[in-house]
Amino acid sequence: MPESSSSRSRKSAPTSAGKAVAVRRSSAVRAGTTAGVPAVAPVTPPGPPGRLAVRKTYKLFIGGAFPRSESGRTYLVDGDNAALASRKDARDAVVAARKAQPKWAGATAYNRGQVLYRVAEMLEARHAEFVACGVPAAEVDAAVDRWVWYAGWADKIAQVHGGANPVAGPFFNISAPEPTGVVGVVAPASFLGLVSVIAPAIVTGNTVVVLAPAPQAAIILAEVLATSDMPGGVVNILTGHPAETAPWLASHDDVNALDLTGVTDPALAADLERTAAGSLKRVVRPAGDPDFTADPGLTPMTSLLETKTVWHPKGF
Amino acid sequence: MGMFEYAPAPESRSVVDIAPSYGLFIDGEFVPPASSGGVFKTVNPATEEVLAEVSTAGPEDVDRAVTAARRAAGPWSALPGAERAKYLFRIARIIQERSRELAVLESLDNGKPIRESRDIDLPLVAAHFFYYAGWADKLRYAGFGADPRPLGVAAQVIPWNFPLLMLAWKIAPALATGNTVVLKPAETTPLSALFFADVCRQADLPPGVVNIVTGAGETGRTLVEHPGVDKVAFTGSTEVGRQIARSVAGTRKRLTLELGGKAANIVFDDAPIDQAVEGIVNGIFFNQGHVCCAGSRLLIQESVYDEVLESLKRRMATLRVGDPLDKNTDVGAINSAEQLERIRTLSDIGAEEGAERWSPPCTLPAQGFWFAPTIFTGVTQAHRIAREEIFGPVLSVLTFRTPAEAIEKANNTPYGLSAGVWSEKGSRILAVADKLRAGVVWANTFNKFDPTSPFGGYKESGYGREGGRHGLEAYLA
Repeated sequence: MPESSSSRSRKSAPTSAGKAVAVRRSSAVRAGTTAGVPAVAPVTPPGPPGRLAVRKTYKLFIGGAFPRSESGRTYLVDGDNAALASRKDARDAVVAARKAQPKWAGATAYNRGQVLYRVAEMLEARHAEFVACGVPAAEVDAAVDRWVWYAGWADKIAQVHGGANPVAGPFFNISAPEPTGVVGVVAPASFLGLVSVIAPAIVTGNTVVVLAPAPQAAIILAEVLATSDMPGGVVNILTGHPAETAPWLASHDDVNALDLTGVTDPALAADLERTAAGSLKRVVRPAGDPDFTADPGLTPMTSLLETKTVWHPKGF
Repeated sequence: MGMFEYAPAPESRSVVDIAPSYGLFIDGEFVPPASSGGVFKTVNPATEEVLAEVSTAGPEDVDRAVTAARRAAGPWSALPGAERAKYLFRIARIIQERSRELAVLESLDNGKPIRESRDIDLPLVAAHFFYYAGWADKLRYAGFGADPRPLGVAAQVIPWNFPLLMLAWKIAPALATGNTVVLKPAETTPLSALFFADVCRQADLPPGVVNIVTGAGETGRTLVEHPGVDKVAFTGSTEVGRQIARSVAGTRKRLTLELGGKAANIVFDDAPIDQAVEGIVNGIFFNQGHVCCAGSRLLIQESVYDEVLESLKRRMATLRVGDPLDKNTDVGAINSAEQLERIRTLSDIGAEEGAERWSPPCTLPAQGFWFAPTIFTGVTQAHRIAREEIFGPVLSVLTFRTPAEAIEKANNTPYGLSAGVWSEKGSRILAVADKLRAGVVWANTFNKFDPTSPFGGYKESGYGREGGRHGLEAYLA
């Protein structure tokens, strides 16, 4: 299959691979900006001439495992066969997300922060692999930094977003944010966009089912998550056509919120909003085309939080 | 315990001057509706006496109101926050000055006991305006960005259970943040909103900042679907909330919903029983149970079941049901014939499904809409009276053995507005409160409200918060 091998050539380019990675690690300067280093860092280690590269199979990420689509379907993306998720996969992913949610939300904020930081570490380590599948190096850097940014929010958002309420009476009264629960996410196509919708949802204790339009980067991210002390089921990633799978998340009664950041078709967004109204899901739909390089602010986190207010009388 | 004899102590209704008919309040003036004949009557539910004729706003009227609000939005939002604040402080003060009049009016139109409208509704209404007045010039400190902007025109639709208080919850934060409003009160309780229009005039509020359109569901639908509206805020049933969420889908209108509830009130065996019984009674019989956050599912730990139930029945026997204007009345009239029918139907279903019904002996007035305080025992989670919002003075009693079982039963509902926990053990209260999926948890108290305290639901009880700093977010971009 000559077409196939040529389309993969950027990944299996035999030259300077080790060198490129070594340069990247030994210097603050990214591969591609250093003289003499190819712009794209190959992933497959170089072998003896004529050695056949071992390719990666891109499957789904559900409950911490990497199953194929139960439908058996795949679709071709840049020469790779990626899993084409079905309604059943979406429902399985919701079950996994629901199962993981109480424990993840019940973990200490410090612990969740450390897990997110670990994601940043693992992502940094796989930097070259993302670049090799076409994500610009600067975007991978920004994605790593975003995980670090959100890692730090885990044990601060409750103080910023909640607090004591000075009620007119002898009562202790406090409002604290809590995760909404299971969030269905239609992710944007860009890698930084993908990270920018997952991290704010999970840092507060939600679990997510993500419909990712760009399968390779999404599944490499799943591999990062799988090696980051992230409990299985906290992030579930389905590749395929979001327009096909998103309606099943929008109508699913065990999904609490829907993030439509990645939906570009207004008619589809309106349909999904209408469907989500059936169980009164919270719907996130940023106005316009979000700039993921900008400071995200609090909204990506707070729009997936509930506020619980607890009263108790004071008295001797 | 025998009932004390009380002489009647009715509050004088001479403090209220209700006009025979009312127009719509649009652009600072009371105006007749565009199409004549669009009128309906509002009655005193305690006597079925007609209080006034009120106009039905049709599409043309709604459009006029939205246009007026739109015209007013620019200048109102351009006003320095400190000036907007002063208008709201003025309104708060006028409400305080007129609170007796408004309390009597509210009891006449709604049927709630004067003790509640006088001591709870009106003080909270004034406090709400006073609280949000103070935010108007401090929005940049509220945590929603350095220069938070108003959304524009807010369409607000409110229910009949706390007519003026729900108006305050909607209008005060909207105005403080620089929005203008078109508000539709419920068709059975339009009068206090129309009196509030007069308060706005007294305060010299610029025309168009507050517009009041009266009518039934169709007027509300026309209002929330009007393309000139930027924000929709609704308090009412979950079913209507769903319809509104569907109708605004894809429009980019911002939406907050405060919907139904089926709150669990959990009594542990280490609870202070006497206080708990007071809280149970307040939880379900306050405002005739016409409360979305009412503690309508009582969960009692089995070991104290007999003791709690006996004490509850004894306490219920002392509740005085009757004339809302009597200062000794605890439980007033059901707001409408329609609501009375719904309460009767669901209660009959409760009995048919096998739950045991009990009410204290009490004589109900011959005229008006009345329902005796009622409890059902032997209720299971499958019973409709344990699952559906009755919105009346009807309590379903269930039992549990372990905290885990209590939490599971409490959360076993699509609603998530409020919950109650009764226990003297602090660690237990905090652990249970953590696990309850509800927006407000009252521990060793119930049905407490304050303008500084965010209120709103989880799950199908809606989204967004009203009250406190959180309440500003719904009206800011």
